Amino acid sequence: MAIDIDVARRLGDRSIAARFTAGPGLTALFGPSGAGKTSVLNMVAGLLKPDRGHIRIGDRTLFDGATDLPPEARRVGYVFQDGRLFPHRRVRANLTYGHDIVPPAHRWMTFDEAVQFLGIAHLLDRWPHSLSGGEAQRVAIGRALLAGPEFLLMDEPLSSLDTARRGDIMAVIERIRDELKLPILYVSHDRTEVDRLATSVVAIGE
Amino acid sequence: MLSPEEWGIVALSLKVGGVAVLATLPIAFALAWLLARHRFPGRVVLDALVHLPLVLPPVVTGWLLLIAFGPFGPVGRWLESWFGVSLMFRWTGAALAAAIMALPLMVRAMRLSIEGIDRRLEGAARTLGASPWHSFWTISLPLALPGVLAALVLGFARSIGEFGATITFVSNIPGETRTLPLAIYSALQVPGGEAMVTRLALLSVALSLGALVLSEWLVRRTHGERQRHGD
Repeated sequence: MAIDIDVARRLGDRSIAARFTAGPGLTALFGPSGAGKTSVLNMVAGLLKPDRGHIRIGDRTLFDGATDLPPEARRVGYVFQDGRLFPHRRVRANLTYGHDIVPPAHRWMTFDEAVQFLGIAHLLDRWPHSLSGGEAQRVAIGRALLAGPEFLLMDEPLSSLDTARRGDIMAVIERIRDELKLPILYVSHDRTEVDRLATSVVAIGE
Repeated sequence: MLSPEEWGIVALSLKVGGVAVLATLPIAFALAWLLARHRFPGRVVLDALVHLPLVLPPVVTGWLLLIAFGPFGPVGRWLESWFGVSLMFRWTGAALAAAIMALPLMVRAMRLSIEGIDRRLEGAARTLGASPWHSFWTISLPLALPGVLAALVLGFARSIGEFGATITFVSNIPGETRTLPLAIYSALQVPGGEAMVTRLALLSVALSLGALVLSEWLVRRTHGERQRHGD
């Protein structure tokens, strides 16, 4: 499943443009802070509308001149920099949020499989703001996987973690890449992360 | 302790206040949402209109209601000819006056909590497959709930305390529009009415305090659990 992206968007006095294709494995969008990497992910997710261009996943068009699928129809999972868990739902209800909405045919992982895969069984009854950064990021990953995405977007998922937790989450990301074979578009400005995780690298500059 | 007449006054006040607040709630929420989330021409005018009852003398608000809903007013005539309904000198008119006076407080309380919602959470819900409507019901509304509860209590307290607009619009008719404040005012005019004034005043205090305690309890119930678990 390849993703084909050619987008441009003006935000204030900045203009963001990106054109690349991402195949299987983990494609790192690598570049300095403020280069518009997150905006590219938001455009793929449908949270930011490009001024022009196209976004395709496999043979599905998410965006072009004629099509603009809403985020809920894109089947693109998104793991945000800050986790962005729903504060009024326990971990369990965060995990099941997307899982319960999407058509059953779109799901490719059960709740129990996800919980086991991420090792979060002991967190299910906790509230989000009682979680450490690493725990929250595992739950955020589980929540995205359970919604049955065809593609996963990750926006600097390690940036709020200490060194020890970074290694843990990187191992999880590697297993998503290698065991689940889910293509990942990964934003980072950190060379060591990219060297360890990336199958291919796209440089995003000013 | 209370005479049947006094119980009737309390029941009427609760009915007027309850109907006013519950009928206003959806409208006030829609206005709060509109003002918090949308930029449109006339927004400033709408904002000012919503706040008008807060700054106008209540008597003027009552007089404006009288002009609009009276038998020859534009709305009153229309209600009369299409539905055979008149709000004049009826408890429904008292509820309308209370609702108009409560509206700005309710909109303000809910608008604040809507503005406090992290909109990125709604974006996250969309990427998980939620339609805008589903995201509203499962994310935005629950997160705005403390503001909704605050609006209910503030609006109810304002409604059962309403005096000026009510007496101007629907007069002071025993059993129909004589709510607690109007009954207290009437009892003050009657020689030897002090005992009744005292009882009704104490009742007013009890009702207001009760509403306050209830809201505290509701807010704790919806929010407190999350907070405690966070420790």
